[in-house]
Amino acid sequence: MSGGARFVLRMAGRELRAAPRRLLLFVGAVGVGVAALVAINSFTDNLRDSVAAEAKSLLGADLAFTSRRAFPPRAAATIDSVAAGAAQAEVTTFAGMAFVPRTEGTRLVQVTAVEGPYPFYGEIRTEPDGAWRRLQDDRHVLVDPSLLVALGARVGDTLSLGRTRFAIIGTVLNAPGDVGIRTAFGPRIFIPGRYLAETALLGFGARAEHERFLQLAPGADAAAIAKRLRAPLRAERVRVRTVADDQANLTELLERLTSYLGLVALVALLLGGLGVGSAAYAWVRQRLDTIAILRCLGATAPQVVAIYLLQAVGMGLAGALAGAAAGVALQTSLPAVLGDFLPVQVQVRPSPAAIATGVATGLWVAFVFALLPILGVRQVPPLLALRRDVEGTRRHDPLLVPAIALLAASIVLLASRQVGSWRSGLGFSAGVAVAVLLLWLAAWGLMRGVRRWFPDGWPYVWRQGLANLFRPANQTTAVVLALGFGAFVLSTLFLVQHNLLRQLAVDGRADRPNLLLLDIQADQRAGVDSLAATVGRITSAPVPIVPMRVQRVKGVAVTPAPRDALAEAGADSAAPGGGRGGWALRREYRSTYRDTLVRSEKLVAGRFWDPGDGDRDGTWQVSVEQGVAQELGVGLGDEITWDVQGVPIRTRVTSLREVDWARFEPNFFVVFQPGALQAAPQTLVSLVRVDDPAARGRLQRALAERFPNVTSVDLTLVQQAVEGLVDRVALAIRFMALFTLVTGAVVLVGAVTTSRAQREREGALLKTLGASRRQVLRIVAAEYASVGLLASGAAMLLACAAGWAIQRFVFEQPFRIPTLSLSLLAAFVAVACVAIGVGNSLGVVRKTPLEVLRGD
Amino acid sequence: MSTNDRTPVLQCEQLTQTYRSGGRELTVLKDITFALEPGGFLAIVGPSGSGKSTLLGLLAGLDRAAAGRVLLDGQDLSALTEDERARLRGEKVGFVFQSFQLIPTLTARENVLVPLELRGEDGGPRADELLARVGLAGRTHHYPAQLSGGEQQRVALARAFANRPRILFADEPTGNLDARTGGTIVDLMAELNRDAGTTLVLVTHDRELAARAPRMIRLSDGVIVEDVTR
Repeated sequence: MSGGARFVLRMAGRELRAAPRRLLLFVGAVGVGVAALVAINSFTDNLRDSVAAEAKSLLGADLAFTSRRAFPPRAAATIDSVAAGAAQAEVTTFAGMAFVPRTEGTRLVQVTAVEGPYPFYGEIRTEPDGAWRRLQDDRHVLVDPSLLVALGARVGDTLSLGRTRFAIIGTVLNAPGDVGIRTAFGPRIFIPGRYLAETALLGFGARAEHERFLQLAPGADAAAIAKRLRAPLRAERVRVRTVADDQANLTELLERLTSYLGLVALVALLLGGLGVGSAAYAWVRQRLDTIAILRCLGATAPQVVAIYLLQAVGMGLAGALAGAAAGVALQTSLPAVLGDFLPVQVQVRPSPAAIATGVATGLWVAFVFALLPILGVRQVPPLLALRRDVEGTRRHDPLLVPAIALLAASIVLLASRQVGSWRSGLGFSAGVAVAVLLLWLAAWGLMRGVRRWFPDGWPYVWRQGLANLFRPANQTTAVVLALGFGAFVLSTLFLVQHNLLRQLAVDGRADRPNLLLLDIQADQRAGVDSLAATVGRITSAPVPIVPMRVQRVKGVAVTPAPRDALAEAGADSAAPGGGRGGWALRREYRSTYRDTLVRSEKLVAGRFWDPGDGDRDGTWQVSVEQGVAQELGVGLGDEITWDVQGVPIRTRVTSLREVDWARFEPNFFVVFQPGALQAAPQTLVSLVRVDDPAARGRLQRALAERFPNVTSVDLTLVQQAVEGLVDRVALAIRFMALFTLVTGAVVLVGAVTTSRAQREREGALLKTLGASRRQVLRIVAAEYASVGLLASGAAMLLACAAGWAIQRFVFEQPFRIPTLSLSLLAAFVAVACVAIGVGNSLGVVRKTPLEVLRGD
Repeated sequence: MSTNDRTPVLQCEQLTQTYRSGGRELTVLKDITFALEPGGFLAIVGPSGSGKSTLLGLLAGLDRAAAGRVLLDGQDLSALTEDERARLRGEKVGFVFQSFQLIPTLTARENVLVPLELRGEDGGPRADELLARVGLAGRTHHYPAQLSGGEQQRVALARAFANRPRILFADEPTGNLDARTGGTIVDLMAELNRDAGTTLVLVTHDRELAARAPRMIRLSDGVIVEDVTR
């Protein structure tokens, strides 16, 4: 090592020794973000490993075939052609009403009917142990533990489902690939498949998912078979999945989830970077004398820059290491936060790769944010050691632009790496930059404004406190940025969550329905209506539903997908003709017919037909939802031919509608003229309002007994389930956002601390001149109150803008501001700011003036 | 040493310095010309505002002159970059300041080590020897804040001589000290000047102190009004 390098190292070390407090702040600013990053990325690695380890038991078989209807004969034949020598199982999943006569409890459940030795891999754990093997013995049912609670039932009770009664022989603790939140919308129950027909639940119009599982003979290549069958089965609308497909899809999905959570962690780290920058700036300002002396004694500018950069990197390293250690500890708490979204038990262990990247990221952030202020030391004139009044000549620093470019590029790179996309990374960086810029502008405006329109008539403490905002070496900008950014992130999350839940809230008005009755057969209509009328009100005429598929669009027949590369890769969303249109072309439509528009829809193009309009040469009018019209590639005047239970129906698009899907109402992609579908096989949906929850329960029971195929959905329960789901998601996001808030607090404390020495001197002077401790504290309170109010106000405005943008462009929903809660949040932020500011100054006023003044 | 004893160690030719203040050009120094031989002892005196400190800053290469030039040990300072001047200071110049200017985060010994380590030397024994020489052998591990003003200035002296400078600049070295402590400091400086053959340039407005220098330049309003050698 050269002598110069040794000098730099030694000086960096010696200077560092003098600043234990600053070290702590650096560690906090960098460490919290690194902890979040390491925790989430390490957890993601664990998740990937766990998914890989459990991939076979997630699918439960080597190959799975899924169809939205009973397997068509050709599809069944195709599957049978490869099933020779393989073990088979069949699973049918649908919604139904479970009823326990002893307790008179009714509940919407997800029924899984199992035939054969499913699962081939992994096991279904039950209570009591081994109950799964006894399921097939008789009319047995295994239920989700939550169902027993909901119905007040116990093992041994009889559960009636459709026309069949089953004995509850136990509860299911976990099933392959089950995600915790799934049961929120209806507990799962398992019945033997051979009694499925007996329940008579899968009549016309019922929705069910049919799956066949194969365990191949040893040595058979599942991927090759899947590849061969994919195209012919696609024509029959049967999906093929292998263990590898499932693993790839699941891993991608989970990584997307965790990578966005990681982005929240990155926000915390970048905020910490701002803290590092502001701390480095304050540190360098304090060391001006030392820098000038070193320059006098012969140190070159690069040497001095190296000394302080080395310190910043050293402190950053300490912070990153401490953060990584904390992240490893924190990681163990993530399964509790995210567990409900995961289909696997995650084996938590520290991931060396995640730790290494976390530490490197923290180190780099510390370096790149400290670089800008530290480059400024090159401008410090050595003459400063001789004369106090020297002003550094403000020359343009040629390194300034490259340093800023490096900073910007680093942020884009880190963000892009985290979400795995340049576009998202750029978007994120731009968002962060805009938020920081606006907060900075707010701080600048405050300083300028207060100075320009100084309130001369105000009481002394206020004037003094406000004057502190723009005095030399003030911390206004740092405080506004730190506090404002943290508050901005948190309140944006709050606003979005609030708006999502508001949209989903069941309308409390008396004419709005709260019970949804599905799958009513035409001949049951009168019976269901009169039953419902005894306890409640039918809020609108029953809505007919006709299942159908698209046959031709603009004269072109919808054909199964060509064998393209995407289909080979198992991407089932790949379309005939490419694009997302495939889904729109191949899905089953549940359409209705009527002569009027309903409340939740709005005409955006064309003209809705008049009641009584007939067909034109056998072509009927339809009104299509604008989104699906776009995916189908149709506009006004285009022709679509539908396959309605084997009967072709020719239609022409004469209007487009915008639909508010968030309303709990029967909404439709396609609405037909009544004449087109009146004669078609159909089911009905009824909307009922029953105010008394007990009466609602009685109606559901009566329906379950008399019309077991009718599914009744209690919308208040659905709402609770959705709220529960949003709450879980929000918890996960808030958990990560908490790091941002903690970092914000650390940076705030840092900003306040850097001006401590100056404050002590001022406080002492004021006291010498006759100010009481109270007055000194009130001056500080006035200063922080104004900064805090500005920061929280600006943050709330920003959050409203961001929240609006997210609602408008991501969720496509209207946005409303919860004024009261938001004001409370803003007040809390401002109060926290005053508390930190005053708390830090308590020590200042405790010292006697002489202590401080002599200390200089 | 490359230069023989007759060559001036410090040479100042028509040195002029101006500052802009409130839009007006202010001439602080005008046509300062003098030369100083190796081992000499020069006192620059004058009332405050006469340009003493500005001159010292220019002589040590801490600032650039508006016109004229300074040759330090034969090197034209105006031809050097800022970092080259810093290196030259590290090799050939020592400093003593009115307010001591020790680095507060370093111990006495570490402060003395700075110029040595800058040159890539280990310097430990020399630092100890210098501190013993100024009478601070027992206080080497104290921080500046733990030392009295006189002690701090003695550490500064030890630091100034650490790199065996060709020339030592002292800016009001006794200004912040009482008369007796100040006297000791000046005795020490004179002693080191004598023993090491270091050229001494002292800026002061203390007549008694200036009287100890064999040569004295008096400044007033930025020009030399008196240059006497006794």
